[in-house]
Amino acid sequence: MTNSASETLIEMQNVDKFFGTFQALKNINLEVKRGEKIVVCGPSGSGKSTMIRCINRLEKHDQGHIIIAGKELTDDVKDIDAVRREVGMVFQSFNLFPHMTIVKNLMLAQRLVRKINKVEARETAMHFLERVKIAEQAEKYPVQLSGGQQQRVAIARALCMKPEIILFDEPTSALDPEMINEVLEVMTDLAKEGMTMICVTHEMGFARSVADRVIFMDAGEIVEEAEPEEFFKNPRNERTKKFLSQILTH
Amino acid sequence: MIFDLSLIADSIPKMLAGIGITFQLMALSAFLGLILAVILLLMRISGKWYLSWPAQVHIYVFRGTPILVQIFIIYYGFPQFEFIRESIFWPILREPFGCAVVALSLNTGAYVSEILRGGVLGVDRGVLEAGSALGLSARHKFIYLTTPIAARLALPAYSNDFISLMKATSLASTITLMDMTGIARTIVAQTFAPYEIFISLAIIYMVLTWGIQKTFGRIEKYLSRYVKP
Repeated sequence: MTNSASETLIEMQNVDKFFGTFQALKNINLEVKRGEKIVVCGPSGSGKSTMIRCINRLEKHDQGHIIIAGKELTDDVKDIDAVRREVGMVFQSFNLFPHMTIVKNLMLAQRLVRKINKVEARETAMHFLERVKIAEQAEKYPVQLSGGQQQRVAIARALCMKPEIILFDEPTSALDPEMINEVLEVMTDLAKEGMTMICVTHEMGFARSVADRVIFMDAGEIVEEAEPEEFFKNPRNERTKKFLSQILTH
Repeated sequence: MIFDLSLIADSIPKMLAGIGITFQLMALSAFLGLILAVILLLMRISGKWYLSWPAQVHIYVFRGTPILVQIFIIYYGFPQFEFIRESIFWPILREPFGCAVVALSLNTGAYVSEILRGGVLGVDRGVLEAGSALGLSARHKFIYLTTPIAARLALPAYSNDFISLMKATSLASTITLMDMTGIARTIVAQTFAPYEIFISLAIIYMVLTWGIQKTFGRIEKYLSRYVKP
């Protein structure tokens, strides 16, 4: 794999997704290059989460093509596993393994998926726990940590797999306000280091300072796609304008 | 009425001589029943009708009939069939002890598989999705995520079934086994003192239940160490 900056890591072509008769995604076309940071926003039910969940096959798309780091997602389990190894994900509700200590949370997939030995897996785990400034909590259980701490652990857990891409599905929506910044700081650091990121979030400050592009979705479609400056100053679509006026006036 | 305390003092040690059989019935049936329960559970959640369907039939049949009837069918009914008498299971089914263990295992297996299924269904979907996102296979997710979490969720209901099983071992006395209840019935037949004997017997079962409760309480505490303090 080359490291050229223009290399396309994520490609979605004409992707449709149905839940029963409800069309959750309509003709999604998206291209993300290595190192790009994309922020996805839009009203609830607009398909933002569904879109990024299709990227690591937590949802199966019905039409179109999704190609991740050169591998197309099909029903082939091998390809799905290969893609999941390259794509990390951080969830709204953290989804840590409740029955394992923090450090074991970070070691499990390294051991089972990457086949890394215990000592090395623990070293990697501690390295990333230090990076999210939470190493002293390594032997605790998730329930003993605050929401913000749990989310930082979840980010560290994704990083342990050394992914090419990290997907964030509303990572701060379940947090108390005073904990949002500690998570956004970690995300901002990651962005600065050149991680390829797609973040579904309504943190517009984060979008402004970090995103290369902002995508606005509504009713399963990508309605608008622009650089943050342009997106916030001159939204072209009526739906975008309405949405921005609703979330920015408070 | 007069309560003959010396009779109680005499008969309790005699009944306790049968505690070994009670324990053997309980331990063997619990062990085999748990294995059966896991197999039935895997069949049920396999998503394949030809596995799920037989498991559901088994569960329906054994939950839908009294254990006593199941014991009678196995003990009195099976030997009528030549193919059973000629099968490799005959050495087990020829003995009342074997019949009791088979009946109790099949019965508890049906109940416990449903208890385990409740635990499996209770596992947070988000946790399993996180496992998928990290690239864990379905098998790894089942072993490392679903099993430990479901075990904790299922434990209170399982301890309940375990106590039921312990008490159900007394039904083995109806097919000539000399467990505690079997001995008690013999003593009653000799002494015509049902109150003293059966009340003593009831107290022994209650003490056993207390011990089982305590043990499961400890296990539950251990498995819940990661739940909110």
